[in-house]
Amino acid sequence: MSTEKPLPVIDHDSTPYWEAARQGRLDIPLCGDCGKHHFYPRSVCPHCHSDNLDFDTVSGRGEVHTFTIARRPAGPAFADDVPYVVALIELEEGPRMMSRIQTGDPEKVHIGAKVEVTFVKANDEVTFPYFKLT
Amino acid sequence: MKNGREPVVVGVADAPLEDGKFVTKASVLGHAALVAKAAVEEAGLKLSDVDGLLTAGMWGVPGPGQLATVTLGEYLGIMPIFVDGTNIGGSAFEAHVAHAAMALREGYCEVALIVYSSDQKSLRSRNLGGRPSVLSMQHETPFGMPTPVGGYAMAAQRHMHEYGTTSENLAEIAVATRKWAQLNPEATRRDPLSIDDVLSSTMISEPLHLLDCCLVTDGAGAIVMTTAERAKDLNTRPVAVKGYGEAHTHWAIGEMPDLARLLPAQKAGERAMKMAGVSHSDIDLVEIYDSFTITVLLSLEALGFCKIGEGGDFVSGQRTAPGGAFPMNTSGGGLSALHPGMFGMFLLIEAVRQLRDEAGERQVKGAETALVHGTGGTLSSGATVILQKD
Ligand SMILES: [Zn+2]
Repeated sequence: MSTEKPLPVIDHDSTPYWEAARQGRLDIPLCGDCGKHHFYPRSVCPHCHSDNLDFDTVSGRGEVHTFTIARRPAGPAFADDVPYVVALIELEEGPRMMSRIQTGDPEKVHIGAKVEVTFVKANDEVTFPYFKLT
Repeated sequence: MKNGREPVVVGVADAPLEDGKFVTKASVLGHAALVAKAAVEEAGLKLSDVDGLLTAGMWGVPGPGQLATVTLGEYLGIMPIFVDGTNIGGSAFEAHVAHAAMALREGYCEVALIVYSSDQKSLRSRNLGGRPSVLSMQHETPFGMPTPVGGYAMAAQRHMHEYGTTSENLAEIAVATRKWAQLNPEATRRDPLSIDDVLSSTMISEPLHLLDCCLVTDGAGAIVMTTAERAKDLNTRPVAVKGYGEAHTHWAIGEMPDLARLLPAQKAGERAMKMAGVSHSDIDLVEIYDSFTITVLLSLEALGFCKIGEGGDFVSGQRTAPGGAFPMNTSGGGLSALHPGMFGMFLLIEAVRQLRDEAGERQVKGAETALVHGTGGTLSSGATVILQKD
């Protein structure tokens, strides 16, 4: 089994999102009709089904909606990371996104904890938005 | 108004396992064919009588391929005129019962066969590397999300936060289910289990321990359905399909509308019970998908057996164990009997055996009405079936 970490297979919906992350911004779709943000990026708004969408740079602030501390890795590629915190972040703007909490002390993570985006470069094409406790 | 086309289950069969692996030597399709044959023969029918074929499997390429009913129909040497390859995860077979019931009522088929087979344990083919990082999963897999346990762990964490549910509450489910397995000679895990054993088992994905998780086994099962009219001529005790419902809400756990509330179960359950004209007090026995202990807790609440948030109290004091007030997962469930990837098939088989008074030592005395509820994906889909002794 490959021990290289899986990278996103970037598609037309997600290109602007990953491109922004590479440049250190968190850009997610904003609907020109209902005014709501959504995540993950789609071609049709999941709230009102409009296709009048544009990417919008958001605050990068939010809170931990829920999380798990992985004591067993998601495959050999993540073995060196254990224990690590995978968290569902609720952004100030509303949408939730899956990410990692960058912390030396997983026990400090709790539901409701305030977090802020931090960008972690994987290679020249991909930079991941992780979060850190604030 | 009865017209003789009311759907009934007339045959069930499953494959024998030893240490969670198939005993008989056959391919994954071979096991499907063997249980299919056993189920139709139990009903007093022949495979050539089957004109409706329903199946689902995690059968990719390489393997039997993605056109599941087509591949299986060919192997069985039958040419069905009603097919359904609906795959919504482990709850697919409860949905198949619903779809077969509608086809039978409509006169669209006469004998429907629902089949599942997996040799994941023998093949060691279970994918531990996570879901391919494409489409919506490109926003989950690269973060090292343990699948599927991580999603369930996140729901458990949220339920604990909102309602004060504890790991002890969840362990009650694993322990009660093991007690049923101890009464089932076919169950994979029959050694004694205590709450402390569950709590001290390896932490996998907090807050879920190893013994909060289902087994990984092989397994094959089949169900045969026909109409009440046709069943009159058959050498079997039909079990009536009185109600059904299905729903799904999301795929990735991050898209689950409310992580502490299992909306698919609520929607499917309400619909199934209304159709059957039964209330909670009419249900003698429940078979609820137990991929993880938290799955059961969320299902019980969403199906309305207790209020949202009160699942922990509901399962406390071994209420769901043999001799308890609420007989549940009487085969030993996915936690202790078997879990071949998509367990929903085996919930149905167990309920049918209970309603036919064939469950031996684990028989729930006087069981007349059973609720079966499957969950699939990452708490994504739910499908409910109400079965009744005819
Ligand atoms: Zn919109």
